[in-house]
Amino acid sequence: MSAGVELDHITVRFGDFTAVRDATLDIKGGEFFSFLGPSGCGKTTILRTVSGFLEPSEGAVRIGGQDMAGIGPNKRPTALIFQNLALFPLMSVAENITYGLKVRGVSKAARQKKADDLLEMVALKGQGNKQISELSGGQKQRVAIARALAVQPQVLLLDEPLSALDLKLRQHMRNELRQIQHMVGITFIYITHDQGEALTMSDRVAVMTDGVIHQVADGRTLYDEPATSFVASFVGENNPFPGTVTKAEGEFAVVETGFGPLRGRNPQGLKPGARAVLFVRPESARLGPGENGAAFQSTVRSVAFEGNMSHVFLEGAGKKEVIVTVSRNTSAHAIPGEGTRATVSYHPRYGLVLPEEKLARE
Amino acid sequence: MKSKTFLSAMFGFYIFLFFAYLFAPIIVMAITAFNTPNYPQAYPFEGFTLEWFTKLYNDRAMMEGLQNSFVIGFCVVALTVPIGLAASIVMTQIYRRARGLYYLVTISPLLTPGVIIGISTVIFWKDMLSVNDITKATFYHGMVLATLGQASFISAYCMLIFMARLARFDRAQEEAALDLGASHPQVFWHILLPFMKPALLAAIVIAFLASFENYNTTTFAILADSTLVTVLAGQVRQGTTPALSALGVIIISLSLVGATTYEVLKRREQRQVGQAQQLAKTAERSEVAM
Amino acid sequence: MSSREVTILVPFMVIAVCWAMARWETRRFHDASEKSFFERNGRALGLTFIALVGFWVVVLVALPYLYMVVESFHPTLRPTDRGGSNDTLTFAQYKSFAKEPTGNGYNTTHMTALAFSLLASVTVTVINLCICYPLAYYMAQVGTPARIRLITLGLVAPYWVNEILRMFSLRLLLATGGLINSLLIAAGIIESPIDFIGMNVGLYVGLSYAYLLVMIFPLYNALESLDKNQIEAARDLGAPWWRIHKDVVIPYAKPGFASGCTMVFMFSAGALAAPQFLGGPHTLWFTSVIYNFFFQAFNWPRGSAYAFILLAVCIALVMLMLRLFKVSLGETTK
Repeated sequence: MSAGVELDHITVRFGDFTAVRDATLDIKGGEFFSFLGPSGCGKTTILRTVSGFLEPSEGAVRIGGQDMAGIGPNKRPTALIFQNLALFPLMSVAENITYGLKVRGVSKAARQKKADDLLEMVALKGQGNKQISELSGGQKQRVAIARALAVQPQVLLLDEPLSALDLKLRQHMRNELRQIQHMVGITFIYITHDQGEALTMSDRVAVMTDGVIHQVADGRTLYDEPATSFVASFVGENNPFPGTVTKAEGEFAVVETGFGPLRGRNPQGLKPGARAVLFVRPESARLGPGENGAAFQSTVRSVAFEGNMSHVFLEGAGKKEVIVTVSRNTSAHAIPGEGTRATVSYHPRYGLVLPEEKLARE
Repeated sequence: MKSKTFLSAMFGFYIFLFFAYLFAPIIVMAITAFNTPNYPQAYPFEGFTLEWFTKLYNDRAMMEGLQNSFVIGFCVVALTVPIGLAASIVMTQIYRRARGLYYLVTISPLLTPGVIIGISTVIFWKDMLSVNDITKATFYHGMVLATLGQASFISAYCMLIFMARLARFDRAQEEAALDLGASHPQVFWHILLPFMKPALLAAIVIAFLASFENYNTTTFAILADSTLVTVLAGQVRQGTTPALSALGVIIISLSLVGATTYEVLKRREQRQVGQAQQLAKTAERSEVAM
Repeated sequence: MSSREVTILVPFMVIAVCWAMARWETRRFHDASEKSFFERNGRALGLTFIALVGFWVVVLVALPYLYMVVESFHPTLRPTDRGGSNDTLTFAQYKSFAKEPTGNGYNTTHMTALAFSLLASVTVTVINLCICYPLAYYMAQVGTPARIRLITLGLVAPYWVNEILRMFSLRLLLATGGLINSLLIAAGIIESPIDFIGMNVGLYVGLSYAYLLVMIFPLYNALESLDKNQIEAARDLGAPWWRIHKDVVIPYAKPGFASGCTMVFMFSAGALAAPQFLGGPHTLWFTSVIYNFFFQAFNWPRGSAYAFILLAVCIALVMLMLRLFKVSLGETTK
C-alpha cells in the first residue's frame, strides 16, 4: 500500500533563518521521487518535516490525503532511513529489523518469520543473529532498509543513504534500491546531492537551492529544459554566457554577452533589456565555424583527454572557462593545441536563454 | 645530558615522596590493626594478633551504625539515580538560555560546604514536618533527614555521570525508534536505558559510596540516629582501640577485591569488542571484492 | 508564619517566570525546531522528569537554602517564644559576628576564626597546587597509558578508606606518641616529641591530604588537552624547561588551575573532620564554631547566620580570584 505526499506551501523557519520557503508539490503514490540540491539547500529539512520530526512554520503536509499537522513521527505512515543509518548497536540484526513490529505487539514467532523474509529480500539470509558491530557498510545499509520495510510504511524516506559508501558499492546499491522499490511498490522519497544518483534512480526530481524548489521534472526534462539558471548549471555541465537581451523574436532571442551577440531559444519569453544567461552544453558546442550570432572566438587553455571523449577548455569572458566536449569519432587534428585561437560554434536550437539569478553560479 | 638525568632523578624522588605521603598513613594504620597494644601503635611492633577484628564485630554501636549506613545508602541510591537521570535528560532539552542557570543551580550543592547542606536540611524539614504531629513523628528522623540532605548533592554526582554518557548518545537512534512506531516510554525503555547501562552502574556505585562515607552533612542531619561514620567520629574523638584500624584494613581489602574484579571485567569486555571489529573488517573486504 | 509561605512561593514564582519567557519567545518566531518538551518525551515521561527535577531543585536544594537564610534573620529565642511577638526579623545574628551580643568589644574570637580558616584554606590550596602540578604534568604529557593507569590506581586507592579513618591514621603518624615521633626518638634525632598537632602541622597535612585528588584531576584534564607540539616547538626555540612551563603550559591550563584551586579552597574552608581531629587545641576553625552553635548552644539562628557568612565570603573570594586571573566561571566548570 503506498500513498502520495502533498506539500502545501510549506515554510520552515528556525529563529531568523528560513530553511524552506513556500514549497509546494505533489508526489504520486508509488513514485520514486528525489530531492536534489547542494548541502544546506533545505532537502533534509523537508524530509524531517514529512516524517514528523519538524512541524512546518506555515503550510501543511498531507500523506494519502490526510493532514499530518500535530501527528508525531511514531504515528505517521512513514519510515525514515537516516544518513548514519541509526541502527541499534545493542540489538542483533534480527532484533533491529523487527523492532517496529515488537513495539506494535507482534508475537515473537511472527516477528521471527518476518525477519527471515526480509533478510532474504535484502540478500542477508541467515545473518539474523549477528551484532551490528560485525557488519560491513553495505550490510548495515541493507539492515536499515529491511528495518524500515518491516513496518510496511506507505512512504519510505531516504536521507542520502549511499553517501558513506565507496564508489563500486554505491553503483551496486543504486540498482538494488531501484529493484526493491519496484518489488515493494511504495513511494520512495530520496534526498541527495549527487545528480547521478538522482537522475538514474528517480521517476521525478525536485531541484532545490537555498530553501526554494526550482524545478520538478524527470531527468531528461531537467537536462534539456531547465527552468532556471540554477538548474541549468547544477544538473550536468553547462557553459553560461551572462548578458542582456537585445532582441526577442518568436522562439529565439539574442543576448549581448562578453563574446558579443549570441542567439538561443527563449522558452520563457524574456523581453529586450532583461538580464539573462545563455546556456550551451559542452557536447552541443563544436570547434569550427558556425552561423552568425551562434559562434565566437577564444583561446584554448588546456585539453583533457578522457578516452572516449576530450574536454577542451577555452578562456571564458568571466571567471569560468568555456568547455567544449569533443567525441573520439571526430578526427584527431580537429582539436587545436594549447594557446591557439579557435572558433566555438553551436546550433542556436541548443542555446538556451534563461533569466539571470542572484544565486546563479558562474 | 647531565641535566636530563638530574631532572629524572629529582622527579623519581618526587614521585617516591608523593606516594609515600599518600600511602604512609594507610600502611601505618594497617600495621596497628595487627599489633597487640590496647591503643593503636605501629612502632614498636609487640606481637601479632587478630583480636581487634573480633572486637570490631562485637561493637554494638558500630554494627548498628553500619546497618543504618546501608539503609541510608540504598535509599539515597533509589532517590538520586532517577533524579540524576531525569536532570541530565532535562539538561539536554532545556530552553537554551536557561541552561546556564539550570546548570548553576544543579551544581551548586557540590560546591556548598556539606555543613551548610546539613544545617539547611534540618532547619527546613523541622519546620515543614511540624505542621502536624503525625508527620513529625513518622518523618522527623535522622535517617530520613540524612537521606534527604545527602540526596541534594549526590543527585548532582549522578547527573554529571549521566551527562557524560548522554553526550555520546546518537539521538538518531531515538528518532529511528520513534519513526518505527515506538511510543515515548518504549523508546526510553528499549533504546535509552540499555545505552545508559554503564553509566547507571557507575552512578549506583558512586552514589552508594558517597552516601556511605559522607560525614559533614550527615553529622548535622542524623539527629539522634547514627551511621557508621558518625560512630567512628565519636570513637576517634574519645580515643579508641585498634578496632578502628581493623575496620580500615577490612575496607582496604574489600576495595582491592572490587578494583580487581572491575579490571578483569573491563579486560574481558575489550576483548569482545576487538573480536567484533575483526569480523566487520573481514566482511568489508569480501564486499569490496565483489 | 508568613515568612514560611513567602519562602515557599519564591522558587515557584521564579520557575513560572522563566517558563513564560520561554513560551513567549517560541511563539514569536514560529520556530519549528523548538518542539515542546512534552512532544519530545511523551506526556508520562515528561511529567516524571519534571517532577523529579523539580523535587530536587526546589525541595532538596532551593527551599532549604532559603529557609536557612530566613532563619538567620530570626533572633535567638527559647523554643516556646518562637512564632510569638518577639520573633521579628532582625540583623542581630549577623551583627553578633562583628560585635559581641553581650557586653562590649568586638567579637575577635569569631572574626579571627574566620580569617584563620580562610587563610589556612588558601595555604592548603597553594600547597596542593605545588605538590600536584608536577605529577599532573607527568601524567598528562609524559607518561605511557599503562603507567597512567597505575598511577591513577595509586592515587585513588587511599581514598577508598573512609575520611574519618584517614584522619585517624594521620593522627597515628603525627601525635606526640605517634609513629614519626617514636621513630625520631628511637633514632636519636630528637629528645622529646615534637608537637605537630599543637603547631597545626597536623591540620595542614590533614586538609592537604584530604583534597589532593580534587586538585590533581582538574589539572590533569586541563594539561592533557595541551598539544605536545607546542611544548616541542618551545623547546626547539631554545626555551629552558622552567620557561616552557611559565609561558606555554601554565597559561593554557589556567581554567584547570582555577577549577582545582576553587574546589580545594571551598572544600577546605568548609571542612569539619580535619580540624576536629587534627587541629591544635588553641586553634578555632570557623566551621567548628558553626558546629558548636548547633550542637552545644542550640542557637540555630546564629549558626545559620554564620553559615551564610561563610558561604558568602567563600564565594566572594572565589569570584575575586577568578577575576584576578582572568578566568570565566564557565571555563572552570568543565
